[in-house]
Amino acid sequence: MEQQTKVHAEDGKQELVITREFDLPLELLFKAYDEPELFEQWMGTKVLKMENKKHGSYAFETSYNGNVVFRANGTIHEFIPNQKIIRTFEMENTAFPVQLEFLEFEKLTDETSRLTIHIVFRSVEFRNQLLQMPFAQGINMAHNQLQEIAGKLK
Amino acid sequence: MNLRRDVFQAIADPTRRAILVLVTSQSMTAGAIASNFETARPTVSKHLQILTECELLKQEQNGREIYYHINAEKLKQVADFIEPFRKMWNDRFNKLQEVMQNYKSQNKS
Repeated sequence: MEQQTKVHAEDGKQELVITREFDLPLELLFKAYDEPELFEQWMGTKVLKMENKKHGSYAFETSYNGNVVFRANGTIHEFIPNQKIIRTFEMENTAFPVQLEFLEFEKLTDETSRLTIHIVFRSVEFRNQLLQMPFAQGINMAHNQLQEIAGKLK
Repeated sequence: MNLRRDVFQAIADPTRRAILVLVTSQSMTAGAIASNFETARPTVSKHLQILTECELLKQEQNGREIYYHINAEKLKQVADFIEPFRKMWNDRFNKLQEVMQNYKSQNKS
């Protein structure tokens, strides 16, 4: 089975689509988004708030070495178990405007499922900047880890 | 149906990645490329076709020979642009699957 996550980002469009097929029944895939304790485990973040219902909201934060390095929040516009979640997503303390996300959960077989995330950005430029972000983060992370190791050697 | 060749699918294949590495330093003919692999010539041709269709390779006519060379711009675009983002999500989703499979087996017993 194809396990690769696909990212489709067409030139000049202010949107992107992420697709992934899982070796998980649909219900379990959805649960990973629905239950804060499980969400925390795979996202490596701390859930501050998660109201999974229409017009509910959510917030989470990620810490590194005891410092909060990342905070994000959003509003839930639609929440249909095992089908879809429509929500906004906003990173706090960044220049990035809020983005709109459509998450669709599909059953493929009894044991497999597919998740499609369609993200709409304020502009093409913001989308492209976001695409470049994880790379910068990766470098920072590696740098921090190096510093940490160096610190222990002292 | 999306008939456009998926560039990520193209570089996911180890033989195609090897071909890309091979032509990085110099332009090569299909025959010269194929001689580096134990795979049958038509299979290598198919790989070359896929890489050309998704613009990772460019063809250049030199006399009677067609040379393949790397499209650095396209490769850079893939390598620098989307790939880290894709990889981040792929790692994240691998983790999701792992967490949920553990959850499943724990809740069976």
